[in-house]
Amino acid sequence: MSIEVKNINKRFGNFVALENVNVSIPTGQLTALLGPSGGGKTTLLRIIAGLDTADEGSVEIEGVDATKLPVQKRNVGFVFQHYAAFKHMSVAKNVAFGLEIRKQPKEEIRRRVDELLELVHLSQFANRLPAQLSGGQRQRMALARALAVEPTVLLLDEPFGALDAKVRKELREWLRRLHDEVHVTTVFVTHDQEEALEVSDEIVVINEGRVEQVGSPDALYDEPANDFVMSFLGPTTVLDGKLYRPHDIEVFTHPGIEGSLPARIVRELRVGFEVRLTVELLDAAHEEIVVTVTRAHQRSMGLREGIDVWLSPTHAAAAVPVGGLN
Amino acid sequence: MTTPVQEGRPVATRPALLNHNLTASSGIGLGISMLWFSLLVLIPLAAVIATAAAGGWDEFWRTITNEQTSSAIKLTLKAAALVTLVNIVIGTAIAWVLVRDKFWGKGLLELIIDIPFALPTIVAGLVLLSLYGVNSPLGIEVANTGDSVFLAFLFVTLPFIVRMVQPVLEELDEDVEEAAASLGASRVTIFRRIILPSLAPAIAAGAALSFARAVGEYGSLVLLSGNLPFKSEVASVRILSAIENDNRAGAASIATLLLVISLLVIIVLDVVQRRVARRG
Repeated sequence: MSIEVKNINKRFGNFVALENVNVSIPTGQLTALLGPSGGGKTTLLRIIAGLDTADEGSVEIEGVDATKLPVQKRNVGFVFQHYAAFKHMSVAKNVAFGLEIRKQPKEEIRRRVDELLELVHLSQFANRLPAQLSGGQRQRMALARALAVEPTVLLLDEPFGALDAKVRKELREWLRRLHDEVHVTTVFVTHDQEEALEVSDEIVVINEGRVEQVGSPDALYDEPANDFVMSFLGPTTVLDGKLYRPHDIEVFTHPGIEGSLPARIVRELRVGFEVRLTVELLDAAHEEIVVTVTRAHQRSMGLREGIDVWLSPTHAAAAVPVGGLN
Repeated sequence: MTTPVQEGRPVATRPALLNHNLTASSGIGLGISMLWFSLLVLIPLAAVIATAAAGGWDEFWRTITNEQTSSAIKLTLKAAALVTLVNIVIGTAIAWVLVRDKFWGKGLLELIIDIPFALPTIVAGLVLLSLYGVNSPLGIEVANTGDSVFLAFLFVTLPFIVRMVQPVLEELDEDVEEAAASLGASRVTIFRRIILPSLAPAIAAGAALSFARAVGEYGSLVLLSGNLPFKSEVASVRILSAIENDNRAGAASIATLLLVISLLVIIVLDVVQRRVARRG
């Protein structure tokens, strides 16, 4: 394990930012710290980096106890949400900074900077100032700067949070490919579940200062540990006292399937290829639930407002009881 | 606002000078600014230089090389330069403390910083006289010495660099310093290579103001210094006595010299500032 976080507690005044957090982050993997804003994930990342100190607990990086080490000695690369560019230095100078601090020979620095700028596709911008770059380019520069010192671990704090949706998507795919090339142990903080599911090898879900679940994207999606994880990773709906994904509920136009529940379609909303059907159960409580089907499916079955249907969860659908841990 | 492109006439070939970009309102704005600036600054400055030049080069040279005058000018420049250097260090430090540290009485200190600025200079002079004059309650007597000039300059120029540097320091992203630290930079390196280049323009501007203010200072030092020729007499006092002796050309000559030196200092500071800001 590359990073071992043990029994971390951190308070800001009366606010408990982290409570007994234990996390093991595997070497060479891309790990996401995922959770809602204010949940403590950035604080955890900053404690790993040494930018904040924990009230209690320890941090171990590659077998070395780093709890008391200052950030300068931890050999971590840190990338900030708002780039933290050195505004008065050229792109090349920004990237060279860590190497100059380490007093490497000039020739070696130049070679390494060229290599890194090549890696992040910024070679032709070497002599520009950060202000002359777009947000996405600035963040790639920040990444090259962090990678220059060959960090043991690379830590990214909402790295794409300040970028617009399209650039964010491009950069996230690019980060995944970059990681496959560089293989440095990487931890990134995000509140975007799609980003975490798409990019990472492993996800740590953090909420209200506690770790809710750790696992691969598939494991988290298919076997959420509790209703929080389930609802944070995607849309959910309640059927028969359990949380389900709206696409995990099958709709039939005739009864006869064992355990299926009678209902009536009260609204339909089409969003691109999918159709969200709001369905009212024909029981005493008249609960409304949401079911998603594809456009093609809706057409072939003739699903429309006002008709009666029967609902049943699909085989092996992910489900957790509402409001409780299991 | 650009003039509309006419058919068959490529924009690129049009001379840049004709391509003025002023709207009516910004034209009026520029006109008013220039008029105001001319009336208040350029014309009086030109008048001073013209008066100095009226007597010819020899007259000018004779005035400023007069032993008593040149001694006063030297004292003024030396004290102003020294005070500016001190302010660069102390002013930046005070700004730093005000922005970065939290302590009891910070609000009060914020207020006090501006006092040398807000105080009528003659009142400042009186304060200095009662504190550092004969029978000083502090045991520091500098009355009638060159040191009194230095002290008075220090007092009145204190706020300049503090007030220039403070807002810039407040705007600095702490992210940037943390990024430098994560790359292995020590506190000293971070200050020298990351913070200082950002502060350099503000420090230079404050230093220029502080130097110029010191060179022309009169009210705050006139009581304490005693205006002793060759000892504690400054250039502004020499200008006043030239006027009193009905020697306008002489007064204008000294004024012109001070003007030129101040301009030179501002230019030098700007060059230094650009170097530091670019170095990183």
